[in-house]
Amino acid sequence: MIEIKQLQKKYHKLVVLKGIDLDISGRGVIALLGPNGSGKTTLIKCILGMVLPSGGQIFFNGENIKGKNEYRNDIDYLPQIAQFPENLSAIEIIELMKSFKQGETREKALIQLFGLERELEKKMMNLSGGNRQKINLVIALMHDSPVIILDEPSTGLDPLSITRLKSFLRNESNRGKLILLTTHIMSLAEGMAEKVIFLLDGRIRFNGMMTELLDMQGGQDLESSIAQLLDNETV
Amino acid sequence: MNSVLKYSFYEMIRSRWLFIYTGFYLLVSVALIMLSGDSTKVLISLSNITLGITPMVGILFGTNYYYNSREFIQLLLCQPISRWKIFSAFYMGLAIALCLSIIVGIGLPLTFMGIFKSGNVSLFFILIAMACMLSIIFSLLAFLIAVKFDNKVKGLSIAVLLWLFFAIIYDGLVLLTLLVLKDYPLDKLTISLMLANPIDLARILILLKLDISAMMGYTGAVLSKFIGKSLGSLLIALSLLLWTLIPMGILRKILNSKDF
Repeated sequence: MIEIKQLQKKYHKLVVLKGIDLDISGRGVIALLGPNGSGKTTLIKCILGMVLPSGGQIFFNGENIKGKNEYRNDIDYLPQIAQFPENLSAIEIIELMKSFKQGETREKALIQLFGLERELEKKMMNLSGGNRQKINLVIALMHDSPVIILDEPSTGLDPLSITRLKSFLRNESNRGKLILLTTHIMSLAEGMAEKVIFLLDGRIRFNGMMTELLDMQGGQDLESSIAQLLDNETV
Repeated sequence: MNSVLKYSFYEMIRSRWLFIYTGFYLLVSVALIMLSGDSTKVLISLSNITLGITPMVGILFGTNYYYNSREFIQLLLCQPISRWKIFSAFYMGLAIALCLSIIVGIGLPLTFMGIFKSGNVSLFFILIAMACMLSIIFSLLAFLIAVKFDNKVKGLSIAVLLWLFFAIIYDGLVLLTLLVLKDYPLDKLTISLMLANPIDLARILILLKLDISAMMGYTGAVLSKFIGKSLGSLLIALSLLLWTLIPMGILRKILNSKDF
């Protein structure tokens, strides 16, 4: 579905992505992990066309994405920081975001899932950080696209909402969707993902099944396995 | 694109700063009408105020609006719609709201004053059109600056400097140049220099209509003498159009190569 060949990104002298080769296809949840500054967000932004690669190519369903917008019809994206126009109401923002893609939407089910019914008419400036993140999730997930990219989805959410989100994403994965998830919360990644892509210093250091990573590092859990992987790389 | 324009406009017209801006024009217009019942005097005073205020508000409002909406614009950039369409819709929402403020703030009091029954209807429309044009040009320059410079403090500083340059410094530099080169024929140079400042263009177009040569300044007098009023007005209108088209072209070029 998403094929990346020799992807490079430089910001002046700083090289953020150093020749990434990646084939993201099939279904299920893939955790994109790595320490701060490893290039996770840049990689996601390159896939979404927000950041223009310095070298290499990205293909979506076999087509080079360079200069194209239409392929984003098939991608739902949740950004790490959700900032909305302060003077618009939550429902106005949802209606605006709904207008970009064709097809059925399921915002009502998501509003119910996150308990946002009473918040819809409020202006964004009057919503709490957690409720803003829930609106962000409704916007990201309402289009039922085959690919979902989530950048730190649990930020600011209460435990009940995190549980509901996990259950929703598991269901989406079972329906055949491809979910690319970045998070610093290892328990969330471990509980959700079957595959792991580990980025360090702009390069892929691990790309495989979660069980393979755990066995390889001999760690008890993902957190200790990642810690060991980092230790090995820095030695 | 229409939905972005619609919600960008909604966001703007609910902004308290836009209310304050509209209120300012309403207050000034009403005060001037009350102080002087003569529509010509009111229009001259209003033109002096709008030529100073609209470029400043346009450029400051524009840069602030972009920086405050940056994360949301980034979210829109992930949708299946081109960068240019998103930015042009956002920009149009801002420009339309600013123009509406001017139309309501100046237009309403003068309409109640009976401007349509006076002999100054065309001057009234030129004043409104020029104030709107300056809002359009300077908010576009604001977007250009804000898109080019990611650092908000740097962007705002450049915006203020640009306004100061066009509103105050430019005229001083022109006068200095003309003084230094006083022994040479300066008509063409003067007209060329005038075309390079949208505030000057708007001022001269208003004054050409007023036919007050004493207030027209050197550039206006030269334009009136050598090109004639009709051709001069056309030249100014075309130059103002270029002042929107060229920054738009530059903005489009920046957008095509920018990382968000």
